[in-house]
Amino acid sequence: MLRREFLTASGLALGGGLLPGFMGRAIAAQELDSTIDVAVKRRLADAALNASKSAGATYCDVRVGRYLRQFVVTREAMVQNVVNTESTGVGIRVIADGAWGFAATNDMTESAVAAAARQATAIAKANAKTQTAPVKLAPTPGVGEVSWRTPIVKNAMQVPVKDKVDLLLGVNAAALAAGANFVNSILFVVNEQKYFASTDGSYIDQDVHRIWAPLTVTAIDKATGKFRTREGLSAPMGLGFEYLDGRAKDKFTSPNGVVNYGMSYDMREDAIAAAKQAQAKLKAPSVKPGRYDLVLDPSHTWLTIHESVGHPLELDRVLGYEANYAGTSFATLDKQKARFQYGSDKVTITADKVEPGTLGAVGYDDEGVKTKKWPLIADGKLVDYQAIRDQAHILGKTASDGCCYADHWSSVQFQRMANVSLQPGKAKQSVADMIGGVENGIYIVGDGSFSIDQQRYNAQFGGQLFYEIKNGKIGQQIEDVAYQIRTPEFWNACVSVCDASDFRYGGSFFDGKGQPSQVSAVSHGSSTARFNGINVINTARSLG
Amino acid sequence: MSIMTEEQARAILTKVVALSKADECTAQLSGSIDGNIRFALNNVSTSGIVSNTDLAVQVAFGKRVGTATINQFDDASLARVVQRAEDLAKLAPENPEFVPAVAKQTYRPTNTFSQATAAITPEYRAKVAADSITACKAEKLVAAGFLQDGQSFVAFANSNGNFGYQRATGLDYTCTVRTEDGRGSGWVGRNLQDSTSFSAGTDVRTGMRKAAASADARALEPGKYTVILEPAAAAGLVGFMINFFGAREADEGRSFLSKKGGGNKIGEQVYDPRVNMWVDPWDASVPVLPWDGEGLPRQRQDVIKDGKVVNLDYSRFWAQKQGKTAVGSPGNLIMGGGTKSTADLIRGTEKGILVTRTWYIRMVDPQTVLLTGLTRDGTFYIENGQIKYPIKNFRFNESPVIMLNNIDELGKPVRVKADEGDFIMMLPPMKLRDFTFTSLSDAV
Repeated sequence: MLRREFLTASGLALGGGLLPGFMGRAIAAQELDSTIDVAVKRRLADAALNASKSAGATYCDVRVGRYLRQFVVTREAMVQNVVNTESTGVGIRVIADGAWGFAATNDMTESAVAAAARQATAIAKANAKTQTAPVKLAPTPGVGEVSWRTPIVKNAMQVPVKDKVDLLLGVNAAALAAGANFVNSILFVVNEQKYFASTDGSYIDQDVHRIWAPLTVTAIDKATGKFRTREGLSAPMGLGFEYLDGRAKDKFTSPNGVVNYGMSYDMREDAIAAAKQAQAKLKAPSVKPGRYDLVLDPSHTWLTIHESVGHPLELDRVLGYEANYAGTSFATLDKQKARFQYGSDKVTITADKVEPGTLGAVGYDDEGVKTKKWPLIADGKLVDYQAIRDQAHILGKTASDGCCYADHWSSVQFQRMANVSLQPGKAKQSVADMIGGVENGIYIVGDGSFSIDQQRYNAQFGGQLFYEIKNGKIGQQIEDVAYQIRTPEFWNACVSVCDASDFRYGGSFFDGKGQPSQVSAVSHGSSTARFNGINVINTARSLG
Repeated sequence: MSIMTEEQARAILTKVVALSKADECTAQLSGSIDGNIRFALNNVSTSGIVSNTDLAVQVAFGKRVGTATINQFDDASLARVVQRAEDLAKLAPENPEFVPAVAKQTYRPTNTFSQATAAITPEYRAKVAADSITACKAEKLVAAGFLQDGQSFVAFANSNGNFGYQRATGLDYTCTVRTEDGRGSGWVGRNLQDSTSFSAGTDVRTGMRKAAASADARALEPGKYTVILEPAAAAGLVGFMINFFGAREADEGRSFLSKKGGGNKIGEQVYDPRVNMWVDPWDASVPVLPWDGEGLPRQRQDVIKDGKVVNLDYSRFWAQKQGKTAVGSPGNLIMGGGTKSTADLIRGTEKGILVTRTWYIRMVDPQTVLLTGLTRDGTFYIENGQIKYPIKNFRFNESPVIMLNNIDELGKPVRVKADEGDFIMMLPPMKLRDFTFTSLSDAV
């Protein structure tokens, strides 16, 4: 589930002053531009590997992690907060007597790391007593000493805070000048410096960067008491500060002039559009409920893919390990064997951990597996899940899919969602071509309200912008739209997907799973897609 | 040194405040020891203990604020963290909404600590898991659950001479029980400050009964129904709504509590006259710390009185701007009710639907607090005062504001915590008319 409270926590709780503990220690901005010497990390890792082997572990992996975050939070003409955090430590996972054990320490000395490795081994041995079947790890070849870095152009951690503040306050001023009553804008920058070593013979040094620039514009009509918001149309991305360059080639203008964004974002331009569109929302007519053909922009579809495909195809959910929190899945193993018709033949959905610019892209996952791309749904049929090393054997696979992740050095790595994306249509088709064929439909841009049941059957989604489509033409802006789906019927109602020239990513910075809960960041790509005969409800109510 | 005594904490905090050369300084020490055990498919999957102690120092030069944290407490570390906070403050932009540190306060302690909860051991946790699993296995049911317990302390001091110290404990147990064929699912949750009365072996029976009884669910048409929301089911909706009781948003015209033409709805009849909600840090069932995150004392305060909104949550800045007195932001919520249990409410219902739990609740329209979400883990049709049969889960689209105008009857409040959110609440089971279900879910 996506964490609804995170923005509140970062924007308001931090505004109050003291930091929540999970974010790590607060540091000066200039400290964000430094790394730990690889030789030091290797010494720490070897101390853990040796200590665990001596204590009786048959497998050990070590993650030496330095997690950096920066938040710049503004509203209107005011900076509410600038926070830089760092958290450094070592997480050690072992198998002993066929069971997992884990321990972590923030004491960066060889003796402390060795002690934690022995503790992890002792925990594994204790866990083995109640374990019904020993852990089976899919083989993963050691890769020796290698490194990988997110292919960024401008390291956002090196951009002065003043430049970031100037950018956000400029965005806010533009929105206010264009008719916004209120505007909030935030910049989140993340850098995970992760060193992984294992008894398989891998020493993997990775430098992972992510960025997100959300904004919210509010328009109010005091006389009627009505208010409306329009969220920004950016996506969190695995990119550097170049994402905010707003290059012309990365702009995707819809037939009715709505500008969407690809691999870069023009935040100021979007804020101005948001202000105008939020004002228009105050006057837009309410949707007539019923069945419509929906044309969904990628800035919207990513969330529907995330909830109705990404989550149900996580193998731990399918097996029941998440039953008490995130839930299970309707997409049970028998359905994969039977090549269940998950969607129409237009629906091919892949998982990947490699696509440049995505949130999920890394060279190796958090158990040292080289990442890849693989099909989940091929021409509408369910063909595969997302599995990690200790799950691969359940599917008869000989290797992990490489989608294991821990959100912190002190968290145990486990199966997390890869990027899961709807592949573009093979035939040439633009958004205008697609809309030209729709008689009675709604064009939806941006993600809004979202909710799905614990087996991922019944979902409801809102959006940011809704436009009528009548007889092949986009008409007026409308409001109060939400659509309800049953997952397999929805994906089987997909009648066409625009070609690769329209392909773009959306994503989540804070996807929550597990107990205790961990977050992960994941992208979902698609081209604009059409779904026929979807149930649309009207969400307007009156409080009298 | 995860849990410090008052003397240990005071000694460190006094040193820190004295070290600062800033216009003002607030230092907070917090420490916790949290344990957990997770199980699924009738097996323990993970267990762990996390200990942590942190010192956070916030200083201000004029309206420039800096914060730094550290987890070492020798003299050199204390000097370093104060220096770092001061360096950050000097570089920070001015905050036009800066409010000075709170003045010296007198706090009346609350009863947030239980020795029994603090004494929970790994063996205790293993037994909770074993008791849950053993009971389920014996009846061919499958348990997945999570126990989280912890003890903590918080202490703070500032350059105005203010000081506070208190310890707290908490325990949260949830267990989802499913039939082996996956056609039935039940759930039980228990949130406690004192573990003395907790028995997983007893509580899990509720989840087991609901799992067994919810197999072979029938489909009812979506529509408006009389419902009985168990307190855990109501918590998701009420807990969500209470997040939108901010005075600033209401005054700014972007809240369901904004008034047409400007201003907020304080004093207006927004709910059924039987709705009474208040906050009270000293409440014996849901005690919380006697101060909020800024050290402002919490008070017993009505939020909704006889259906009228009587208080909103003012930040210190907004209170000052609006000429109001700021009190500590609440940590709990208590809703008044009657004396009847959920079972009593069922007995008095001719036709209706019993909802065990609500799930994945999200805002659809903040203008009306329209929320959507689903029922889960035990939804039943009631006829002539009896549960007749299990029914398939529904998606709802409902505003808690409308829901709390459609009250038939309120039962006896019990302690609950929503799936998402930090508020601990006392909420009654609620019998409500015309609750809006908009579609069916096949999920079990």
